[in-house]
Amino acid sequence: MNEKMRMSIIYTVLVVFGLMMIVPFIWMISTALMTQSEFNKHESTFIPKEQYYVWDKDNGDEQKVLLVMEKGDISIVHILDKDGKIVSEYQEAPTKQVRLVKKVPSLHWDNFVKAFKKVPFGLYFANTLYVSFLSLIGVLITSMLAAYAFARMEFRGRDFFFYLFLSMMMVPEPIYLISSYVLLDKIHWLDTYQALIIPWCVNIFTIFLFRQHFKSLPQELFDAAAIDGCSTFGMLWRIMVPLSKPIIATASIFSLIGSWNSFMWPLVMTNRPELRVLQVGLSYFNQEASTQTTLLMAASTFSIVPILILFFMAQKQIIASYAKAGLKD
Amino acid sequence: MKTKWKVSPYLYILPAFALLFAFRLIPIVMSFVISFFDWSIKGTGKFIGLMNYVNMLKDDVFWQSMGNTFWLVIIVVPASIVFSLLFAVLLNQIKAMKGLFRTVYFMPFVTSLVAVSIVWKIMFNEQTGLMNTMIGWIGIEPQKWLSEARGIFEIFFSGMGITLPKWLGGPSQALFAIIIMTVWKGLGYNTIIYLAGLQNISKVYYEAAEIDGASKMRQFWRITLPLVSPTTFYVLIMTTIVSFQAFAQIYLMTDKGGPLNTTKLIVYYIYEKGFDTLDMGYASAVALALFILILALTVFQKRLEKHVNY
Repeated sequence: MNEKMRMSIIYTVLVVFGLMMIVPFIWMISTALMTQSEFNKHESTFIPKEQYYVWDKDNGDEQKVLLVMEKGDISIVHILDKDGKIVSEYQEAPTKQVRLVKKVPSLHWDNFVKAFKKVPFGLYFANTLYVSFLSLIGVLITSMLAAYAFARMEFRGRDFFFYLFLSMMMVPEPIYLISSYVLLDKIHWLDTYQALIIPWCVNIFTIFLFRQHFKSLPQELFDAAAIDGCSTFGMLWRIMVPLSKPIIATASIFSLIGSWNSFMWPLVMTNRPELRVLQVGLSYFNQEASTQTTLLMAASTFSIVPILILFFMAQKQIIASYAKAGLKD
Repeated sequence: MKTKWKVSPYLYILPAFALLFAFRLIPIVMSFVISFFDWSIKGTGKFIGLMNYVNMLKDDVFWQSMGNTFWLVIIVVPASIVFSLLFAVLLNQIKAMKGLFRTVYFMPFVTSLVAVSIVWKIMFNEQTGLMNTMIGWIGIEPQKWLSEARGIFEIFFSGMGITLPKWLGGPSQALFAIIIMTVWKGLGYNTIIYLAGLQNISKVYYEAAEIDGASKMRQFWRITLPLVSPTTFYVLIMTTIVSFQAFAQIYLMTDKGGPLNTTKLIVYYIYEKGFDTLDMGYASAVALALFILILALTVFQKRLEKHVNY
């Protein structure tokens, strides 16, 4: 097998599997742009179409007609003038007089507006942003402080604490979900913002990342700073933080993606609709609007768009971060 | 040089430690304690010793959830390893459009499980879903997917006219649909990890093999696979741990782990017992059983790794 053949086989396989990976997204977006009856009648798979008809009037004049099918079996016929403006509309298509001319793609962007208005997604977005950013700030502060001590200070019990931290990382969330609920109930934190933020202001993995990085900084830097009279905290703030921008970026990405997508915890710990974060709001919408497929798809689309934008903007950095973090273990 | 500390190092680890103590360590210990109580949502509960554990061993739904979870893990983990290694090996050989493919494969991993669960639920819809449309293109008749309680082996063999006994039926088609979706979701991450692992293998080995006239296939089996085995173990352990925790898929794609409890996974069962039935003592006992299981499997896989590694 020559090199050219081999390469074309490789690319074919990659393209086929690549399509399989993104087909759900493509289908999500195209379904979000259909009318519900179009989806239910299974007329279009990927490209939303509406049907334009020409109505043969008695006198032989032709008029452009837009057939929109809404709500079950009721068909509404819009009669359009030359500019495409709706002149009048009828229920039930007078099928005998209507002749199909062509099908053209027609995208229903209003599904997004409808979905967004149906439940207060704006509020859910705001809640998610609020929770994500506050816990990100918390994670960065607690991680850098702890990592500084673990990496560059000597104290009794350092290894003990470090391994205690690491072993806590090994315990999966579902294990302590029930007892966390009981605990938050006892301290009256259920149904509050702090229940969504404070417990997630620490991230053991991030401590680990910062510790590795702080350890790699040369000692001379600190000696020089000490001679210049820099305080211990000053070293962290003036030397290590500015030198840790890539790690801060990595940690922020993990933290933001993690809290944006977190679901089980907010689902369990909050009940009031005002406190719903995006994922929880979306899951309630999934129950309430289970038959309104197109709106569900629209809501799913706009709920993943912010993360996808973040991902596309920094995809090299994000992928490299995940790869590196995986190898460090 | 030893520096003199003005502020005690303990103050630096205090914020992280306080939070971990309050929201990890205490709940973990509490989880253990609660599992010995008949603990409903309010009040303090009643000490009942090992009763929760005894009941658990007698609980058919618990065993069924465990069985379902095992099916999921046993299929998802190898499938994910095989496909992600394949993707990574292929990606490692191309130059043009490498970034594009990487991005495409990684996309499912960064998107929220809630949103993609909703999408896949609709994709698996019997009448209007994309899955049935697509298998229709290659001549397979529509399947019931998420509403099919029969096992996949049972369905396959009944298509050939063979009736399998119930216990050989395999995971339900509904669970199989969940499995497909779960593999899809995690594949990109494992591919990226493998890609990084492959890039750590020195080119020298391949050059030597090339000189000796070894085929690409042989190079894969004799060089790539052994040398990438640390990555394989990492992927194996991580995918196992994550698969055991599958929850959102079940919550969003199925009707409470149905049909006939065939998609009820263990974490969903913990959730259901804790927050639907409000039997938190029992739910904690199940959670601890799961923890011990995950721990044992991780230790076992680590042992295996020491045994096998090059």
